[in-house]
Parts: sequence; structure tokens; C-alpha cells
Amino acid sequence: MYAAATESLIKQAREIKEEELQRFCGRIFKQLHTKDVSGDTVDSLQRLNLIVSATKYARELPSDLVMKLQTVLRSSSCPEQLQVLSSSIIRESSPPSVHSLCSDPSHDSRTFSYVASVVLTQAGNKEDVMPLCHHLLKSLESRLSDGQISRHTLPILSKMITAYPEILTDDQVNLVSRKLVDWLRYASMQQGASMSSGGFFSGPRTRQPAPLTEVDGVVVGNFFTVLCVGQSYTEDQWMNMYTFSMIKSWLLTYDTDGTTNTESDDRSEVDSSVMSMVSATSSSSRLLPPKERLREKAFEYCQRLIEQSDRKALKKTDTELQKACIIESVSIMDIICGEDPSYVYRAFPCIKALYGRLNGDLTYARALLPIAQFYLNHSETAAVDSEAVFCQLFSHCPAEQFNEPMLAFEFVQFCLLNASVLQDRVANYRQSFPNLLKFLAWNSSGLIEEFVELLPSLIAPDTAIELLHTILDLPCLAAALDLQQRSACYHASDRTTWDQQGAKVAACLDAFRQPLYRGLFLYILRPEAGTGDTIDRLKMLHEILADMSESPRVVRCAQVVPVLLQVYFNTVTQKADEKMMNQMLLVLLERNSLLYNIKTFNVEVQKVFSTHLQALCRLHPPLIVDQSREILEFASSPANIYSKEDFYTHVVWVIGEYLSVSYDPRCTVELITSFFESLEAVLFEITQVRQSASPPSFSPRLVTVLMTTLAKLATRSQDLIPRVSLCLSKMRTFARSAPVMACYSEEDTEEIITRAHELINLLKLPNVAQFVLAPSAGGDSPRWHRDTNASLPQGMRAVSGLLHRHSSFLPTTPYGTWWT
Amino acid sequence: MVICFLIHTVCPVSALSAGESRILYARVFGPETGAGKFTPEQRRLMHVEKLHVLARPVRSAVAQSREASGGLSDSGVFSLGNAELFPERSLVLWLEVQSLAFTLLCRPHENLLLAEGGLRNIARHCLEELRLLGPGAEVLLKSDRVDALLHRLLPHGQLLFLNHRFDLTLDKEIASYMSK
Repeated sequence: MYAAATESLIKQAREIKEEELQRFCGRIFKQLHTKDVSGDTVDSLQRLNLIVSATKYARELPSDLVMKLQTVLRSSSCPEQLQVLSSSIIRESSPPSVHSLCSDPSHDSRTFSYVASVVLTQAGNKEDVMPLCHHLLKSLESRLSDGQISRHTLPILSKMITAYPEILTDDQVNLVSRKLVDWLRYASMQQGASMSSGGFFSGPRTRQPAPLTEVDGVVVGNFFTVLCVGQSYTEDQWMNMYTFSMIKSWLLTYDTDGTTNTESDDRSEVDSSVMSMVSATSSSSRLLPPKERLREKAFEYCQRLIEQSDRKALKKTDTELQKACIIESVSIMDIICGEDPSYVYRAFPCIKALYGRLNGDLTYARALLPIAQFYLNHSETAAVDSEAVFCQLFSHCPAEQFNEPMLAFEFVQFCLLNASVLQDRVANYRQSFPNLLKFLAWNSSGLIEEFVELLPSLIAPDTAIELLHTILDLPCLAAALDLQQRSACYHASDRTTWDQQGAKVAACLDAFRQPLYRGLFLYILRPEAGTGDTIDRLKMLHEILADMSESPRVVRCAQVVPVLLQVYFNTVTQKADEKMMNQMLLVLLERNSLLYNIKTFNVEVQKVFSTHLQALCRLHPPLIVDQSREILEFASSPANIYSKEDFYTHVVWVIGEYLSVSYDPRCTVELITSFFESLEAVLFEITQVRQSASPPSFSPRLVTVLMTTLAKLATRSQDLIPRVSLCLSKMRTFARSAPVMACYSEEDTEEIITRAHELINLLKLPNVAQFVLAPSAGGDSPRWHRDTNASLPQGMRAVSGLLHRHSSFLPTTPYGTWWT
Repeated sequence: MVICFLIHTVCPVSALSAGESRILYARVFGPETGAGKFTPEQRRLMHVEKLHVLARPVRSAVAQSREASGGLSDSGVFSLGNAELFPERSLVLWLEVQSLAFTLLCRPHENLLLAEGGLRNIARHCLEELRLLGPGAEVLLKSDRVDALLHRLLPHGQLLFLNHRFDLTLDKEIASYMSK
């Protein structure tokens, strides 16, 4: 419930006038000067905090108040609430305090942290945070006990180096590395002193600190980690936790050179033999330089965490933490092995055992991804077979857990990050596209951006056509997955829950359960490609699922299909050979009448089909002759006009453009004639003028395209010219008939009449016509349908004009040879 | 590391246009590279812009998730593309509770499982301490409580590996702050 009270408060905070604000600040200034902090002061500060946070533009506060707030912020004796409020107000307002606060950083842990939060937010460059950084490093350098080092030292440092990694010199990196090793590996093994020593008679000395335990209650027998449990913790144990929390980021910043694995392999080949001798036993690790020593200790820590994660935790929080620790540890080991391949031989037994443990346990599915990454990065180095891991990953994980949003996201990110390697080295990656697309079908809007990038890596020559069919049926997949989920949740015998889902879904669920349709669903839900491009009974599947076509998930899925198709075609047409282009053309012709019936889905897919039909034919004009039978069949049927006019129009256009002996020597007169006759019949049928004729349901553009195509074909087989002229002469009657005049605009009817007229004239001079209507060598204008109404007529009008004005010139013009 | 944390509305707000969110709490854990060319005021303005740009796709993700799952959405994640305001491909993690969303903007390659756990923990505390689902406007006037909460659970944007005992200790500190 979002309250109206909140809205009015924000409004007030934004609209407070400047003078009123100044007066308010003055009052607060006085309140802060009194000895005792009253509830009123806190109240006022809270209101001021709201005022400065509510506007886009930073509010300017009087400098005396800002200075007073800085003093409050820096004074450790002030209650925390005042420090919090001061910190927040200073952060959000003007003038900035980043320099004045840095001049004397406090030693109190909590205060230091609140001061740092202002500095970090307001800092604009490295220099702004330098003083803070220096103070931090000084506290690490000096032999302060851990209690005197600010607890938030490491988060603050981590934040600084994320933005400005160059802020630390090599010496400073070494200094910090040494401290990190201490905290990570050598933290206390006893519990901290309890805050509340229980019992009146027991003083601190009589109570032995209890031992730490593992998450399952067993007493700890090895060094302290974040998975060790105690009543209270010592300072260095806190630092242990903070260290592990930022160690990955630290290693990524200072322990990787950003080179690829192969490069670092070459480079460290010489070093690794030395390193492997030295790192073989941890006792000799004291000889290592700080960076390498940190690596060693971090590695040991991760190994220990992985072992500790095998224990059955008593608390749910700890079980979740174990999972997070596994993921982090494997990632860290991956980084370390990337820097120093000698670690690979130590890491693999651990990772393999871990994989064996987690494999098959659905609750640990997310942990499989960093493991798979590790295999991908290092299995070659260690000569370990990784096939089983990827088989499990691609064959089972998506099918079983496509509906887990976090897993789905991470899985797809994993694929994206490693796409080129997966393509080359993992055999079943590309085969698994039916499984991978399940993620997209389930969460279309969330993952479409990722899939737009990922799709090209999934295209393989032998499965490309199957992929095209799968993309077209993605909404069916969404519906089928939905049914699969519901079916698993509800038993058929439980009619009430069944029926509660709505009659439509219930009907589909019934169909899902029927053995008769089992094959259809098995196909659409298959995990791997290779069993066939598509199925014969696809239409039946569409019909069964018809009632799901309005479900939100299916509708969203349908919206992303055109985008995916564009990516598919753009990628494939670049690399396709002749055979594949032929296959694609057939798919276009076949599938545009075989689509799952969702509102606007057909129209959108058609648009993509039309664009790519044209692109395919332009790239490889002989396609028209190769597939002449199918194209002719398609073009001959007026029914295709009514259901898919846009695509039909494009088919007619490509016929006119590319069916010519200049593109394909196999183009015979018979072929041209058969196309001509079919299109002539269609044009005749749709332009019949009858008393009872209904208004045309097709656009004028179809008529002009048909006329122009017929004319083009006639110029290539000049016997047809009289026929087409006759046909064209009837167009005027058609255009001027009552139903057409009522339906089309004046401009459009004029266009039809003019075009028919120009074509007739042009065809009186067959050689001219042939030139004007010849296949354009360039022919690459994407605006062809505008051109058809613009530049072609322009060309024709120019020629017509010439013909009319200079008809006497014709036989004797010096440009006589121009016509031939 | 977490770049910022937001609490914002995901229900229609009369004063705003459709699809826009009212941001009830925002905390940016600076600094960011490349921010040096701007003055502090300009930087703050940029931060505020970014937060609004961030809230919008979360709002639509929540709506779509609810729609697709029949009202049972809970949490999700998506990446922000290479837009001008977010140069790195950052990750957006969101948690929805009735009309509100809690959102974290993280760097790529963040430990998402840890982030999710952290976000749930923070959200739970916020709901308890601020009575966010009630009729009052505590979240606005008592935002220092959220600050204090983040100070312990997400110090300077650092996600922490907290077992139940570390958690309990911090919970006690938080409870002690809230009671004042």
C-alpha cells in the first residue's frame, strides 16, 4: 500500500521556499549547539534530510550549518543517529565536504566509516580519496591491534580500488596483501568474549571461551572461516569475514594481468615449474612474495570452504551461505588457476569431487555454473575430460529449471560469456538450442537482449533449418512449458483445482495428458536438435494450443520472435550456401501459413519473411528457378492474398524482378509463360467487375505490383505483350467501378489507371520496355515499394514523355543504337 | 560490489505518469571512474537521473513477471545494456513486496546468490522497521534507519558472507539503533 501521506510529504519537501529553508537551518544550528540532544533535534534533522534528498538539484545549505554537521559527524561521542543524519545530509547537499572532512580523519571505527561514506560519494577523482586511503594504509602499517583498525577498512578500501585501482603502489599492495593473509588464514580459533557474561557469580575469568563449531555443530578443527559459528566473534574474526567478502575483487584487480589463459600459460611455463616446487608444501610458502602468498592462502581458504559446505547445516541461513561460498570459492580458484597454472593440478581433485557431490541435486544447480566455467578454462591444461559436465549442464539443467529466474539468467550469461569457446570445443552446445530456448520462451522480455547476442553462436549448418522452425514455434514452446508446469502441480483427479484454472487452460491440460498427442508435446519439449526439422502434425499442435494463445506468457513470447528472426536471417544469409538458401526459401513459403495463431503474430512474422525473401533472392537470384514449382504454386492461389497479402505482394515482386535469363540461363520461355499465365489469372480474378462484387479486400499496391510484374515478364517473352496489354486495358474499368471507388482513395485509383496506361504505352515499344523494366543490376533499394511507385514510374514517365514529344524522331535519331 | 540500492514504488502513483516510479529511498555507493570531469553538483544530478532510469525497467519487469505468473512474482534479475548512463553491463536485482520494489545495482560477475540473500535480509529489516506496507510515511522521515541498516549489512556497497551468528550480532546492533 503506497500512502498518499508520502506524496504530500515529498511535495512539501520539494516546494519549501529558500527563505523558509534558511530559517529552518538557522534553528537546527541553534539546536545542535545545545548540550543535550533532544527528540526535536533529531526530528528537525530528519526533516532536513528529506528536504535535501527530495530534489534533483542539490540544495545549498548555509556553510556554518554544514561545518557544524561536519563536527557532529566527526565526533565519536555523538550518538550514532546524529552521525548517520549528518552524514546523509552532507552527502546530499551543497557545498561539498569531501576535502574538509579528509583533513582530519578520525580514529574511531564507526565515525571513520560514516566520514568515508561522504568522501566516497562526493569524490570525483583519485586525489579526493587519497587522504582517506593514506589514513587507512597508515592504520594497517602501524602495529595497531585489530580493535583499533576500523572494521570497515576493507569495504572502504575495496570501494576505492574498484574506482581507482592505480591508487595503491606496489609496496602498498604488498602491505595490504600481508594483512589480508593474516586475517584470512591466521584468525583466532577461540570465540570472542561474550558481551553478556551470564550469571551474577560468573566473572569473565571463570568463563572459558567456548570452542567454535562448524555449521553442523561439530567442534572446529581447522582454521577460522566464514562458515565457523560462535556465540560472539573476535575482531580478527570479523576481519576474516570482511576479507573473504572482498578477496575476489582484490585478486581480480591486483593479481590478474588481463591476459588470456593461453598467453599466461606460455609466460608462466618457466615460472610454474619453480612455483610448483615451492607451493607443493604450504610450510615453504613463507618464502613466497606477498602476492603469491596471498594466492596460496586464498586457495587454501577456498578448499576449506568447499569441504565445510559438505556438512549439513543446522540453520537455513547457513545452508544458503554454504551455496554462496561454493560459488565464490570455485570462482576464486578459477582466477588463481588462471594466474598460476600449477594450481590446476591441486584444484581439480577438489572441483571434481565437488561436482560429483552436487550433480543431480537441483537445489545446487546454480553452483554448477562456476564449476562448468572452471572446466572450460582449465580442463585442457589438466587433460581432464569435461564432456560429462557439459552434457549434464546442457541436457538436463534447462529442461528441469527453466522457470528459476536467477538460474536462467546466470545460465544464459554463462553461455554469452563463453559463446565462442562453447561453439568450438563443446560438442553438444549448439545441439542444445531447443533446451536453451526454453529459458527465453519462459521469460521472453527478461532475456531477449541476451538471446539476440547469443543466437548467432547457436547456428550450425546441419541444424540451422531446424532452428528456424523452432524460433517460429517459440510461442508454442511457451504454452507447452506452461502446461507441463501446471500438469506437474495438479492431478487430474483433483478436478476443483483443475477447473479453477479456467476452462481454456483446463482444455489444453486435458490435451497435454492425452496419449494421442504425446508425440507432439515430446517434440516441442525436446532437449536436443537433430531428430528432424519439424513435424508433420504441426498444425494439430497449433490447434490444441489455440486456447492458450492469449495467455500473457505466450503473447510476450510472440513479441520477441520477429526480433529473433531478424537476427537469425541476418546471420545465416551471410554464410549460407546455395543449398541452405533453397531450404530457407521453402521454409518461408511453407511456414507463413503455418503459424500459431496469436494476435498480430502472423502479421509481424510476415513482415520479416517479406524482407528476407527479397534479400535471399537478391543474393541468389537462381532461387526463383530452383524453386519455381513451389513459388508458382504459391503465387497461383488467390487465397494467399487474403491471408498474407504483404508476403504475397513480395513474392510477385521477386518474380518480376528475378525471373529472367539474365539472372539464370535456365529460365526458359515456357517457364516465363507459365508464371505469366498464373499471375494473369489471379489479376483477372481479383479485378473482375460484377454487379454483386464486394469492395476489394486487398490494397491498391497489390494491383500495381501485379500489373508491373506481368509487364516485366511480357518484355522477356514478347509474344505475351498483346495479352498483357489486353489485361491492362481492363484496369481502368476496374478502378472506376463503384465498389473500388468507394474503397480506394482518389490518389490510389488514379495511380492504378496511370500505371496501366504507362505500361501499355511502354509495351508498344518492346525494346524500350525491356530496357526500362529490365532487372536492375543494383536492385538493392530497401525502399523498393516506394520506388515502384516513384522511380520506376518516373523513369517510365520520362520515357513516355520522350515518346509523345519526339515520336517523329524515332527511326532517325542519332541515338538509334541506344534502343538496342 | 553494489553500485546502488533503491526502494521504490511499482504501483501506479497519481502524481506521476504511467510507468514511472516514486523513489522512496536511494543510496549510491560512490565513487565511479570517469566522474572527475563533473562538479559535485553535476555528479549528484547524474546519480539522481540514473536512479530514475533504473527504476523504470524494474517497474516493467515486475509487472511482466506478475502477469506471466498470475500474480506470484517475487524477485528477478536482468542486465542493463550498454546505455550511456551505465557504461558497464551492470546487473539489476529486484525484490518485490506488494507495491514496492527493493533494487540493487551490481557490477557484472557479482555473486548473485549472495546478493539475493543480502537483498532479502535488507528488505526484511526495512519492512519490519519502517512499516513500509502501512499507511504512514516513515520511510521518508526515518530514512536514517535504512542508512544505519545498510551501514551494517552492506557497508559501502560490500556484500558480506554472514553466517547466522554474524547475522544475529548485526541484528542486535540494528535493533538497538532502532529502539532509540
